[in-house]
Amino acid sequence: MTWRSPLALVRDALQGQRARERELRSLVSNLPYEGQEKGKQPNRFFLSNAIKTTKYSLLLFLPMNLYEQFHRLANLYFVGLAILNFIPVVNAFQPEVALIPICVIMLLTALKDGWEDFRRYQSDRKVNNTPCFVYSRREKQYVERRWKDVRVGDFVRVVSNEIVPADLLLLYSSDPNGVCHLETANLDGETNLKQRIVVSGLGAANLGFEPESFNSTVVCERPNSNLNHFKCFVEKPDKDKVGASIESLLLRGCTVRNTNHAVGFVVYAGHETKAMLNNNGSRYKRSKLEQKLNVDVFFCLILLFAMCLIGAFGHYLWLESLPGVPSFLVPDSNGHLDVPSLESFYMFFTMIILLQILIPISLYVSIELVKVGQIFFITNDIDLYDEETDSRVQCRALNITEDLGQIEYVFSDKTGTLTENKMVFRRCSVMGTEYPHKENAIRLDVIDEPESEEEVIFNQHQQLPRSRWSLEAEDISPPDTQRHGRRRKSKVAANAHSDAAFSSPLETEVIPDQKLLQQISRAESSGGRRDGNRSFDPHLDFFLALAICNTVVVSAENAHRQRVSLQSRSNSPLQNIRKCQGLFRKFSVKECTSPQSSQMRNPLETFSSLVKKAGAFFQRDKRNRTLSEDPVIDSAKTEDEADANRLRTCSLHAPSQNGSTIVEAEELCYEAESPDEAALVYAARAYGFILLARTPDSVTVRLPSGEDLVFEVLDTLTFDSNRKRMSVLVRHPVTKDYVLYTKGADYSIMELLGTPYAENFSGTEKNIAADTQYHLDCYAKEGLRTLCITKKVVSESTCQSWLGERKRAQAAMECREELIMQTAVQLETNLTLLGATGIEDRLQEKVPDTIVALREAGIHVWVLTGDKPETAVNIGYACRLLEEEDLVINMSCKNKVTCTAILDCTLEEVRRYRDDPRNAGTTQNISLVIDGNTLDMAKSPDLQERFVELTKHCRSVLCCRVTPLQKSAVVKLVREKLKVMTLAVGDGANDVNMIQAADVGIGISGQEGMQAVMASDFAISRFKHLKKLVLVHGHWCYTRLANMIIYFFYKNVAYVNLLFWYQFFCGFTATTMIDYWLMIFFNLFFTSTPPIMFGIFDKDVSVEVLQGVPELYRTGQGKGEYNFLTFWIAILDAFYQSLVCFFIPYLAYQDSDVDLFTFGTPLNTAALFTILLHLGIEIKSWTLVHWIIMLGSVALYFIVTLAYTATCVTCNPPSNPYWILQNQMADPMFYLIVTLCTVVALLPRYTFHVLKNSVAPSPLLQGRQLDRMDPSTRDQWIKEWRG
Amino acid sequence: MGKTKNKSGPLARRPDNSAFKQQRLPAWSPMLTANTVLPFFYLLAVICMLLGVWLLLLVQSTQEIKLDYTDLGNCNECFDLRRNVSNAAQTCSCRVEFSIDKSLKGDVFFYYGLKNFHQNLRRYMDSRDDGQTLGRIKNLKKNPSSYCAPFDKDNDGVPIAPCGAIANSMFNDSFTLNYHLSSSRSVPVPLLRTGLTWYTDKNVKFRNPRADNLTLAEVFEGTRPPLYWQKPVYSLDPHDPNNNGFINEDLIVWMREAAFPNFKKLYGILNRADPIFEKGLPKGNYTIDISYNFPVQHFQGRKGVVLTTLTWFGGQNHFLPIAYLVTSSLILLAAVVLTVAWWKFGKDGKNMKE
Repeated sequence: MTWRSPLALVRDALQGQRARERELRSLVSNLPYEGQEKGKQPNRFFLSNAIKTTKYSLLLFLPMNLYEQFHRLANLYFVGLAILNFIPVVNAFQPEVALIPICVIMLLTALKDGWEDFRRYQSDRKVNNTPCFVYSRREKQYVERRWKDVRVGDFVRVVSNEIVPADLLLLYSSDPNGVCHLETANLDGETNLKQRIVVSGLGAANLGFEPESFNSTVVCERPNSNLNHFKCFVEKPDKDKVGASIESLLLRGCTVRNTNHAVGFVVYAGHETKAMLNNNGSRYKRSKLEQKLNVDVFFCLILLFAMCLIGAFGHYLWLESLPGVPSFLVPDSNGHLDVPSLESFYMFFTMIILLQILIPISLYVSIELVKVGQIFFITNDIDLYDEETDSRVQCRALNITEDLGQIEYVFSDKTGTLTENKMVFRRCSVMGTEYPHKENAIRLDVIDEPESEEEVIFNQHQQLPRSRWSLEAEDISPPDTQRHGRRRKSKVAANAHSDAAFSSPLETEVIPDQKLLQQISRAESSGGRRDGNRSFDPHLDFFLALAICNTVVVSAENAHRQRVSLQSRSNSPLQNIRKCQGLFRKFSVKECTSPQSSQMRNPLETFSSLVKKAGAFFQRDKRNRTLSEDPVIDSAKTEDEADANRLRTCSLHAPSQNGSTIVEAEELCYEAESPDEAALVYAARAYGFILLARTPDSVTVRLPSGEDLVFEVLDTLTFDSNRKRMSVLVRHPVTKDYVLYTKGADYSIMELLGTPYAENFSGTEKNIAADTQYHLDCYAKEGLRTLCITKKVVSESTCQSWLGERKRAQAAMECREELIMQTAVQLETNLTLLGATGIEDRLQEKVPDTIVALREAGIHVWVLTGDKPETAVNIGYACRLLEEEDLVINMSCKNKVTCTAILDCTLEEVRRYRDDPRNAGTTQNISLVIDGNTLDMAKSPDLQERFVELTKHCRSVLCCRVTPLQKSAVVKLVREKLKVMTLAVGDGANDVNMIQAADVGIGISGQEGMQAVMASDFAISRFKHLKKLVLVHGHWCYTRLANMIIYFFYKNVAYVNLLFWYQFFCGFTATTMIDYWLMIFFNLFFTSTPPIMFGIFDKDVSVEVLQGVPELYRTGQGKGEYNFLTFWIAILDAFYQSLVCFFIPYLAYQDSDVDLFTFGTPLNTAALFTILLHLGIEIKSWTLVHWIIMLGSVALYFIVTLAYTATCVTCNPPSNPYWILQNQMADPMFYLIVTLCTVVALLPRYTFHVLKNSVAPSPLLQGRQLDRMDPSTRDQWIKEWRG
Repeated sequence: MGKTKNKSGPLARRPDNSAFKQQRLPAWSPMLTANTVLPFFYLLAVICMLLGVWLLLLVQSTQEIKLDYTDLGNCNECFDLRRNVSNAAQTCSCRVEFSIDKSLKGDVFFYYGLKNFHQNLRRYMDSRDDGQTLGRIKNLKKNPSSYCAPFDKDNDGVPIAPCGAIANSMFNDSFTLNYHLSSSRSVPVPLLRTGLTWYTDKNVKFRNPRADNLTLAEVFEGTRPPLYWQKPVYSLDPHDPNNNGFINEDLIVWMREAAFPNFKKLYGILNRADPIFEKGLPKGNYTIDISYNFPVQHFQGRKGVVLTTLTWFGGQNHFLPIAYLVTSSLILLAAVVLTVAWWKFGKDGKNMKE
């Protein structure tokens, strides 16, 4: 390294800073500069790929960690007190001893931090040293380097299954279509493959890529954390700009799949990569309870100050009252006595030290421990475990468990949350004609039936080879047999499928409507001869649109996520088969756990479902990294699965004329980002329109005739929530027409319809739109999701000019999104309606039950959905959000004036209704249905008060056609205006805003990826789990924690007050009558575990009663059990108890020869018993754990104190603990005093509890009484009570 | 079987279905309602009542004689003399008379009492060196603990033994109790001046430095007695050479700081070897000769002596029996209220009609 002047270094640093801050970055290839010194490197200012996530370095660990720890207020308080102890005039204890607690706490924290940091260091080092291939000009090839050596501007080659080392702009892919598949599970948890496309227009992509010839400049935006957006263009030497977006970016941390190798240009490295920018620690939310707690800690602080002031003032008065200088007044070491006022000033601080534990610092630690325990029990609840996805409930936010017990408003998404989000094609309407798909409906009903008698068939796997051949003959079996065959769809198998992105048989198999089938074959045969006109048959066009207009990724099932390994091919087929059979056997043994029936099935059915299961198993298997590491299994799978798939084909009944081609087609596997799309593609397939392949430039579709058509894709206008539609612009291979297929929500499509095409369908076409709309309404009433399918033929000239504009929009750096959207809107006009589809999204299990329970628990349930009002209302009734007898207010208005009027009217009406005494006894509830537009108006500043007022009266609210942003706005509005605890539950990316806006966000790990889960505080797998999570765990966590906190305050105040009362007898000089060590132990050991145990284990009411009587949940809502009153009652009780515990021993020992620490011993013991038995009164159920901890605490007190007083002769100089407890325990007086103190101290609380429970029992107590009944009478009782 | 299957296979993450993890441990959940706790209340009330009555009877049988001699009789002169610190060196003695109407039976304990003397001030309490009184040479001759400051060394830098404010302010009146058989004849009442301390204090916490054939005076050479003391620590008790140095029982008793400003400390126990005092102190006239040294004016204090007999739970203390009786009646009151509640609101506790 050559020497450089410091000035140059500073200049460089400044330049680097500026270069990094710039909005746009220009990057060029590093290759021309290879080997040159650093100062000449063009990309030297950008961060390298080495990452460092550690917080500390070895040298700076101590100061930095201390600095970090002192950020916590509690530690600061501790240290401040310890420092106070070092000032001789104010110290209360030996300063060295006073340091011990804080030192122990900080040492433990430092050790934990150090260990964590070391682990981070290790993982950093591992990541930084991972090998990768970087192109070197000197060696003319890709050479192996470490990740940390990769720099911005390098060319990196990644191979299949390799993890991408930095954010790469994809320049070349071994895939002929320039596609690279990416699995982003590491980043967002989504498991479906994503396609990335080579930046277009950079020379011949297929001829291999020469990094050295890359002489363009890559201009990209400043690094940001948005995983779904990236703006960049490549400027070629001839100033031609090519746009690139996230579609061409390989993100660090993702895994390359299905692509042999790819080459990318490093745009961001190290900490500037999107993955690292997204990596920002865990969520921290402050629960409502903790906020209230802080207020009470503040009260304690005031109390502390008051007590210290009393102490200081008392000391002053006492000193003043002394006539002379008595021999017990000790001057300082110089023999000098300060004036009383100064002494009392010092005394104030001494008092703070003495009474410091009035501020419950250990409360914070205890709360954390309690929450860990509560979370442990929540995640271990077997009722919240979902067998299908093998997932437990996840608690992602660790500190808001108790918020679950105070929920007053639940905001729920509909799709995927209330419903399965397993889309099933139900019906369709083509050119105004409805095709009801009755068989399909029957099939779905059958599936609904409980799956009994399923798995037994696996005992017969020996039939495997034979049935394989026999099946071919039974190719076309009658539909009813089919239904039976499908009936045995194992749930587990379905799951395994859903793991591999939406291919559960429920969705893949659609039974075509016979009438429509005939219609198609008629169109086919009539149009088949006249090639030119064929595409004009709207029925064919409809299905073509279904097959083309989507973003479904097609992958051959056997190639799917296959590992590229050479060894796998070298194995002999025989061996593979054997292996495979072994696997089958293993698998079937696992599966045949339900020997419910031994009924024989016919071989066909047996085998078809066996194969399905096997397929499912393999797909799982491939995902499982550890298993698939084995190349033998891998190849075995590949071969055998081909067979398996062929067999499966046979059992399916496609209307196939040509068996062999279908066989091929059936090996396809569709992966869609949204399940609707997959459902539509599968529907098209059922009618013979099979999507064979999709590349960025083309779509291949096989027609029922067996002919393959390759459509050139000119552009895809992807779905967005504003347009609510998507389009694909293709060029028909036969007619050479430019055709735009659009599908989208009916209301977004209907207004875009034009009337061309009239020449083809004279007469009827006028009604098509109206008829279709009618059908759509019917679908919506049935609760189906509707989509309209349209087509538009674009002239060549329009098309070309539009494409040019589009290209410019895509290359734009400024407001690219807006431009792209504008171009999309431009093209999507004058559409021709082809038809509509109705897709069913079935309600999840036990959704109505859960919603009813939540409503009974006093929770207002809001459902926010993007669906049409009709669909939403229908689902609302289905899930019992709305009841038949409810008063449903429907709000939908076009402008603000009407909106205001309606709002006022309704509000008036509702108020009158509420105030009407005749309605007092009725159970009728008010529900509100409101649509997105009206909602927007209603939540405008001048109307929001009234709107909120109205919703307060509504038990449930249904918002339709809302956007994600509106969802979160509604949540925020309610949360802020009503000051209530809100919970939002959702499963998709569109719910993320809402989940984050609510106090408690719950993500459902469902079909739509993991974004909702990533943003959530709790992740569950089914909506029904909400019931137990909220009603049971929420209630428990809240009552436990609330009671524990109250108890904690009580405990500290009671104990500290003992010391305070003594000050009145020792001239307010901060003397303690309890040995300092024993005081520390008292808080640290003797009374610390019982409240924590109380916070984790106490169970006021059992699960059954909490679930059976959801009304019990209301006790926690609003102010709940931890409120102003309960807090001050606890404090007053603490004062009373401390008075008792102090003055009974005082009066008993008055005028006696008792010494100070002997006096302190019965006091301490009585305080221990009082404090523990106080908890004993509060504990609702005593398990073995309770007994052990309570008795253990008492035993520990005596053992530790006896041992301490027996060994400590001079160890703690001012106090003389030696042999005191032993002496006391030999004195009957001790027992008399302790017993009396305990009884008198607890008598009022105990009596009050008993009296209240006898005279006016709380609902919770009644719940507990229910618990004591035997289950059958209890159920009956609950039923009666509710009925 | 379930367990092994859980570890792998399709249900790998399934939680254990154990009673602990599912929070289904068998539990005892007591219902705090009148019908369940009433017997307990009545029982407790009765126990407290019986205990209170018994204790009261015991206390009634004890006797106690208190005598405040601060400025009683001719002690008045001494009281005035001690008002001025400069007269500290002068001796002063006085005599007080009293009579006992009813003989004190059994062991009689002789206490001296102080009022308003705060032995429980924090800095006063700290001002001692337990290492020194344990007999550690280092603490004795070189450096007494800094807690003793400013009573650790005298002005010449010579260490003080025993150091600290507690020892310095030690009570130094002494008493001789006389029993007047008749107007002319009197006998001194024999008092045991040992056995006043805790066994552990005398034998573990307080020890003289190792002597190695030296006299106690030689052991303490190089130290000074505390400022207010007239006698060095090794000659506190002229009568019993084994009661000198740090193991002097008066010192040990004084060093155990009293909990409250009004306290008494044991001075002696009646020696019942003499036939006259075999059964305790007979009734009659008594005098106490007091060597009056301890000044109390500076803290508005009072001095006194207490003669008392003890019960198994301490001296004459009416508080505990009365407290038990009061508690008993409170519990009874609560029990009655609860009984009323029980009568009025559902006897079986199932008052859940809504």
